[in-house]
Amino acid sequence: MRIERIEKQPEVKELITEQKIDLKLLDPLIKRLSHKKGNLIPLLQGTQDIFGYIPPDALKYISDELGLKMTDMYGVVTFYAQFKLKPVGKYIIRVCHGTACHVQNADKISDDLKTFLEVKDGDTTVDGIFTLESVACLGCCSLAPVMMIGDDTFGKLTGKKAVDVVKEIRRKENLSADENLTKNTISTINLTKVLKAGKKAGN
Amino acid sequence: MSNTKVIVGLGSCGLAAGAGKVYDELFRIREADKLDFELKKTSCIGMCFKEPLVEIIDESGSYMYGEVDIKKADEIVEKHIVNLSPVKEYIVQSDTFESPFKNYFEGQVKIALRNCGFIDPESIEDYEARNGYKAIKKIAEEKISVQDVIKTVLDSGLRGRGGGGFPTGLKWKFANNSTSKIKYIICNADEGDPGAFMDRSILEGDPHSVLEGMIIGAYAIGATEGVIYCRAEYPLAVKRLNIALKQAREKGYLGKDILGIEGFDLDIYVKEGAGAFVCGEETALIASVEGERGMPRKRPPFPAVSGLWKQPTNINNVETYANVPWIIIKGAQAFAKYGTEKSKGTKVFALTGKIKYGGLVEVPMGVSIRDIVYKLGGGITGDKKFKAVQLGGPSGGCIPEYLSDTLVDYDSVTATGAIMGSGGMVVMDETTCMVDIARFFLDFTCKESCGKCTFCRLGTKRMLEILTRITNGEGKEGDIEKLEELAVKIKDGSLCGLGQTAPNPVLTTIKYFRDEYEAHIRDKKCPALNCKKLLTYEVISENCTGCMVCKKNCPSNAIEGEKKQVHFIKQELCIKCGECFTRCKFNAIKVF
Repeated sequence: MRIERIEKQPEVKELITEQKIDLKLLDPLIKRLSHKKGNLIPLLQGTQDIFGYIPPDALKYISDELGLKMTDMYGVVTFYAQFKLKPVGKYIIRVCHGTACHVQNADKISDDLKTFLEVKDGDTTVDGIFTLESVACLGCCSLAPVMMIGDDTFGKLTGKKAVDVVKEIRRKENLSADENLTKNTISTINLTKVLKAGKKAGN
Repeated sequence: MSNTKVIVGLGSCGLAAGAGKVYDELFRIREADKLDFELKKTSCIGMCFKEPLVEIIDESGSYMYGEVDIKKADEIVEKHIVNLSPVKEYIVQSDTFESPFKNYFEGQVKIALRNCGFIDPESIEDYEARNGYKAIKKIAEEKISVQDVIKTVLDSGLRGRGGGGFPTGLKWKFANNSTSKIKYIICNADEGDPGAFMDRSILEGDPHSVLEGMIIGAYAIGATEGVIYCRAEYPLAVKRLNIALKQAREKGYLGKDILGIEGFDLDIYVKEGAGAFVCGEETALIASVEGERGMPRKRPPFPAVSGLWKQPTNINNVETYANVPWIIIKGAQAFAKYGTEKSKGTKVFALTGKIKYGGLVEVPMGVSIRDIVYKLGGGITGDKKFKAVQLGGPSGGCIPEYLSDTLVDYDSVTATGAIMGSGGMVVMDETTCMVDIARFFLDFTCKESCGKCTFCRLGTKRMLEILTRITNGEGKEGDIEKLEELAVKIKDGSLCGLGQTAPNPVLTTIKYFRDEYEAHIRDKKCPALNCKKLLTYEVISENCTGCMVCKKNCPSNAIEGEKKQVHFIKQELCIKCGECFTRCKFNAIKVF
């Protein structure tokens, strides 16, 4: 059981008070799925598509609209690996830890990325650009070891190659951040606060 | 239009290797230079180790080019298409001359993968052109009865390809025997085993064959609604399935009174999973489709009696369905011709790990593991020593090299303590630590346990703790016995296949590699030199030139020594990262 995912709750609460979420965005989704049997998982998947994660307020909103129990929804959210209760970075780095990748030293890729990004597995970097995750299998075993960033897959990696890919993305991001200063700063500040708060709560 | 066809393999593996860019480049050259050839897309061709693959078929024959990048694509177009002289050095397979990889293809019999790599998966016409939807048409035209369809599948000897190995025809018979107005047919496409990608390749490469298999299954059991439960991690498969469903509806293969069979109404939709390995278990899968936590239910009642929404339900795996249309067209005997007495037909394996030619292979049941590894797979990477193969993922086990004459069929594989599983075959060499592999799988099953059964929830956790301790050099006498005891209890005390098979990786590695466990526990050494905490790095003074490269790169400043003097590793500071070992150009660092 993935118990550690439940423990990270404080971070989420903190963010909700700071970020305004437009819950009306959920209306078309709710309308489309309201009459279908077994609609809970598609509803949650749709919610995550909209916000990038599942904000607790959205759970409350859906619960009020459709009369689904919050406890059931929370149970489902924490059961499946796909659902995230806290915001994620702009890029999600998924390092494959399937069997083929494991025997080809995927641990080294994760370790080097953790060191470079200064995050733990499952966490988001302070600048809000990257979230680092380990996943069970991406199904590209013949290219092992593999990682996925967004929709792009990178194969036959070494620790250094993986770090180089990430470095390049960060460089580009920093360039565009300069052009788009105001917008990015706001979200970055929020995220930084949240992460700090989360760390404190964790201690 | 000329008869030259250029086909690019755009499966997930190919795309990951850069096939998308190659396709774009070929398209660009064709338009820019106004060249006369047909550019087509296909999915996984199976030769994953040579991706991206581009096949050119012209009047002189077919030529498969491997490891094509943009530069090579330009060169191939220039030489092959414009000047009509194939670029031999890039060709990996051709029907005009003997290629170095001919064994890779010759050992295979393609039934489930019959169209993969040949058709554009997004074109129903391509599928139809290769006997597609002929099986269901045959049933409609020849008015083959439900009983005869079930009998054909039974006689073919087809068994569940998801790992269970239950006879498919029998499953259909049970579901058919249940009386109910509403029945469901489900395709289990929740391929969660790490190291397995057969189902993904079929869904991406030939989605219609799975749909047709489901339609025939629905006819046989009397289902009115179908669900394909697909992993959300397979976005391309989901996309192609939805395209295929739309086309099948338009052409009347789905809908009301399908192909004129009175009262045969069916629609199928895709349900995306949300990332839980246990949902590969059929009752957990049903719970997940119903929108709940994917927790297994007690059986009986079996899904054939009471499944989705408490109605009779039949669940088969992707590969199982993909075999069905072929069996209906060619007959039960054509299928039963392949294989062993109790395991008929072929099996698709995802051949990965420390293997030269990794990829997707379909072989007749009953070939030996050794043949798959050496004849098809070309042997071990770097010609290292072959140690074991892992079959069946987290539910399976490791079969050692000395048992590699074991034939791949359900019963022979089960006799070794592993299981056939869904078809992941991970090859391991002398550098793979078997204790670490056991720990790796327990880590997986421990996380993926749904938590319903105490022994599975806590037992796997305890086993993982013991294994982690052993790999960290803190193993104690009696640990192996404790693992064995826990293993038996978890097997006995779990409701579903996840718990019942979770200890298999540990049990098989103890059975065949007990000496490695003992080396970890007693000598605090990892014979495969894999478990970091058990390694010692030392400088070989005769070889050390004092170049200082290791010293400069040591992250923990554990190396001392002056320029042109023999260096020295301070063991108390060494974090065993291996940086000195990989950096040293003079073989002056030894690890043991």
